[in-house]
Amino acid sequence: MAVTDYLRQRFFPHMWCPGCGHGTILNSLLRAVEELELSKNDIVMTSGIGCSARISGYVDFHSLHTLHGRALAFATGVKLSKPELTLLVPMGDGDALAIGGNHFIHAARRNIDITAIVMNNRIYGMTGGQFSPLSGPGVKATTAPYTTIDANFDVVKLAIAAGASFVARSTAYHARESTEILKKAIMHKGFSVVEILSQCPTHYGRKNKEGDAVAMLELHKTNTAKLGSKQLEENPNLVARGIFIQEERAEYCIEYGKIVEHAQRRNVK
Amino acid sequence: MAKKTLKEHRINRDWCKGCGICVALCPKHVLELDQSDKAVALRLEDCICCKLCEIRCPDLAIEVIMEEGERDD
Repeated sequence: MAVTDYLRQRFFPHMWCPGCGHGTILNSLLRAVEELELSKNDIVMTSGIGCSARISGYVDFHSLHTLHGRALAFATGVKLSKPELTLLVPMGDGDALAIGGNHFIHAARRNIDITAIVMNNRIYGMTGGQFSPLSGPGVKATTAPYTTIDANFDVVKLAIAAGASFVARSTAYHARESTEILKKAIMHKGFSVVEILSQCPTHYGRKNKEGDAVAMLELHKTNTAKLGSKQLEENPNLVARGIFIQEERAEYCIEYGKIVEHAQRRNVK
Repeated sequence: MAKKTLKEHRINRDWCKGCGICVALCPKHVLELDQSDKAVALRLEDCICCKLCEIRCPDLAIEVIMEEGERDD
């Protein structure tokens, strides 16, 4: 099947701005689904609110466009009722870690078999460019005309500490790498977090003088390095890319199934 | 490994928003933006079928079509 067969083509061209990294992430994600030969009917995508959340309208899977920050809560409900389905939850940086911060850490703690994708463009694009918990200090935003003073979350460290059993990072520039990581994340049995750095040329790029979409994409290349590479060793200020943790741990739906079985056996006696 | 031969670049002009990512990141400078800011493939003979334009296109508007039977996988 071609990648476009996984799209609801009637909604195209999509609403994302020219050069928005979210489109490239959709592209990489569809390639991962295609290469894994997953059936459209076995995939559920839930999303929250924001530019990133519009992604669930464009894919021809089962989809739920839900409340701001609550995509993981809805996904948890779907997964518990139908554990055989594959859950994909793309979220924006604010959606995942500000409004949905609590849902994020608790889904990770439970290690439920869901793939969470944080499409991190470091800004709230849809509402006009407010800074998010992933903007970091020294960033200009509508709500920080004299630059931000807030430190940012490190999604990778946060997800590992909260209990996610698969945590990785890539960028929109590294599209092929993103696809490979997403394939592994989807196949992983447990809570997978994949942070993909995205570019918002309309708000973040313009305010922070990072140039157009192409210049911002080039920054993904120059500001990041592969885990374990010599480049990263020589310059620890670079953002590390790759798979940070991948381990087998008790998965929530399986454990829940055991409890159900146990309770039913007791009732028979 | 058989050399991949290009058949065509299928560019969806209705979906292309002219961001120029494919133009700038093509290693062989095959693509350009035309007068209406849509991507067009001009130097077809230089294309090495790496598909970098296709996989990075945020509008999912490019498909690199290769000759049948020449796939190296």
